[in-house]
Amino acid sequence: MRYRFSRAVLAAGVAFLATVPAHATDLEVTHWWTSGGEAAAVAEFAKAFDATGNKWVDGAIAGSGDTARPVMISRITGGDPMGATQFNHGRQAEELVQEGLMRDFTELAAKENWTGLINPPTLLQNCTLDGKIYCVPVNIHSWQWIWLSNKAFADAGVPVPKNWDEFVAAGPALEKAGKIPLAMGKQAWQQSGALNVLMAAIVGPETFLKVYKDKSADVAGGPEIAKVFKAADDARKLAAKSNVQNWNEATAMVIGGQAGGQIMGDWAQGEFQVAGQVAGKDYTCLPGLGLNAVIATGGDAFYFPKLDDPEKSKAQEALASVLMSKEAQVAFNLKKGSLPVRGDVDLTTANDCMKKGLEILAAGKTMQWTDELISPDTTQQMNDLMSEFFSTPSLTAEAAQARFAEIIGAAD
Amino acid sequence: MADRTRPSGLFKNVNAKIASIPMILTALCVFLGGTLWTVVYSFTDSKLLPRLRFVGLDQYERLWSAPRWLVSIENLAVYGVLSLILSLVIGFVLAALLDQKIRFENTFRTIFLYPFALSFVVTGLVWQWILNPQFGIQHIVRSLGFESFTFDPLYNADIVMYGILIAGLWQGTGLVMCLMLAGLRGIDEDIWKAARVDGIPMWKTYLFIVIPMMRPVFITTLVIITSGIVKLYDLVVAQTGGGPGNASEVPAKYVYEFMFRAQNLGQGFAASTMMLLSVAIIIIPWAYLEFGGKRRG
Repeated sequence: MRYRFSRAVLAAGVAFLATVPAHATDLEVTHWWTSGGEAAAVAEFAKAFDATGNKWVDGAIAGSGDTARPVMISRITGGDPMGATQFNHGRQAEELVQEGLMRDFTELAAKENWTGLINPPTLLQNCTLDGKIYCVPVNIHSWQWIWLSNKAFADAGVPVPKNWDEFVAAGPALEKAGKIPLAMGKQAWQQSGALNVLMAAIVGPETFLKVYKDKSADVAGGPEIAKVFKAADDARKLAAKSNVQNWNEATAMVIGGQAGGQIMGDWAQGEFQVAGQVAGKDYTCLPGLGLNAVIATGGDAFYFPKLDDPEKSKAQEALASVLMSKEAQVAFNLKKGSLPVRGDVDLTTANDCMKKGLEILAAGKTMQWTDELISPDTTQQMNDLMSEFFSTPSLTAEAAQARFAEIIGAAD
Repeated sequence: MADRTRPSGLFKNVNAKIASIPMILTALCVFLGGTLWTVVYSFTDSKLLPRLRFVGLDQYERLWSAPRWLVSIENLAVYGVLSLILSLVIGFVLAALLDQKIRFENTFRTIFLYPFALSFVVTGLVWQWILNPQFGIQHIVRSLGFESFTFDPLYNADIVMYGILIAGLWQGTGLVMCLMLAGLRGIDEDIWKAARVDGIPMWKTYLFIVIPMMRPVFITTLVIITSGIVKLYDLVVAQTGGGPGNASEVPAKYVYEFMFRAQNLGQGFAASTMMLLSVAIIIIPWAYLEFGGKRRG
């Protein structure tokens, strides 16, 4: 048995070697996809890229994008660029592109007709600077979801809520049953993300854009946003006992039924999938917190630093094609729980939650998200404020809103 | 030979001077040059990449109105003062106890010095676990039967800095003890004998005779401890990550995060310039007293 197995491996190895052309190029790809669902998804890209005869050298950086981005940026500015790197497209890599450190893919995009394929078109616009395309969007991620554990609500003897207000109302019942109503990791990006989700859901995209796009301090300090901070105050009370750091640990609490729900982007879906849970039966997802079913079309994109080595530059092009290919898009996004960037792929195998997302996308109910609208500097200030807010009960919603308005007023 | 002019001061010990040229250049270019560069760019609006577009004192105004920076300064002050005093006192007392010609001195010295062999990151993680209410001290005491016992400094914004201080002291006092012990061993045995003949009690001998004689050791120790305080960063990152909220933020962390996470070099440079300034405010008067006085005398 063992003998036969090793022979099969050997045969597969020979077959694999035979398909590899003479010039296999190693290309290092850095990203921050390290949770179970994410790692499974990125392995699909690696497989597809290896099939072209090149070699994907995985450069995963653990500890969320906040930790990974400084490493990536200092490698690029410090003259040790990788072959390709993940960023959230939008303003994170803006200055690197302006300084001419990134490679432009306008030609390849024209050849493969990206503009016709990518839906919604804002994705490609976020990759474009002065008419040139600098990145390859790979997925659409939307933040505006709440994930609910059906088991937790069954244990507490209340029906699974249909929107945020019902969720808040169910909080005491959950607490009585020994559950943590709202699971939330104690990292700043998760806390300010939750605030933005609440804002988009409660006041709607229009006011959201007035705050983040027009940077109106008056609106940010006004009565509309006051409702949002009131909701954030509820959220912080519901999450007071949540003692985890990473988002996937919080998701694990929802999966295990120890927590009622979690406000998190659709990447949380991959975790439910890895745990073998079924949407609708084991867990429930509410886009836009059940109040305002609009999804943001942020997401991840790959940027390609300029390299001197012509071999590697060629491999970069091959990778860009692979990332955009139908097969890779489907395989990757199914594992990751995100939506594909191509409008023409078949996702019949998608689960209920992804289908909800696809429907919203098809109906054109999309909006811009903070990654595209505000600079990393403003994001950091917001993160600081929200992490203070969520851990300091004495900081009132009003005081926090006043400081929020100040940050928005000074934003660029 | 008599008509030859005296060689000028410049060529005295010429070999030694040539040998120190690399270090002089390093000091000038890297330390001084880097410092000046940072200060200059702290007056610009540099974002991800340095850019010479001056905005006056804007970065400083923003810095001093940022609640997080003010918290950082306050935390560093609390940590700094307590850590300085406590590590000197504990270190000296431990050294004095070891100096009583006790048995197994080597063993004790090794035990006390061992934490110093660990990096701040490891120290931080170890103490994060010890102070974690679910696994650490609180859990142990509760399982002994004291159900209402609460000890979770890292999760309480009011006392989180003391949780970090404990870890810092655990790591650092061993070294202070060793330095002090070396200082104590350097005191001539005859001084002790003379004090005993005069009937001076032991604590008085330590306080009024031995400690003043150990002045150089104290200065060395002081420099080592203070430099450790100002650059406090990795311990906080490993232990609390600045949390809960921003209750244990420190200036070095502010600098790092604004330079690299927020992509706002100007703000980070302004913060690091303030750190330099605060060090200079302490060092310059001291150096003046220490070295300036001697030349006059």
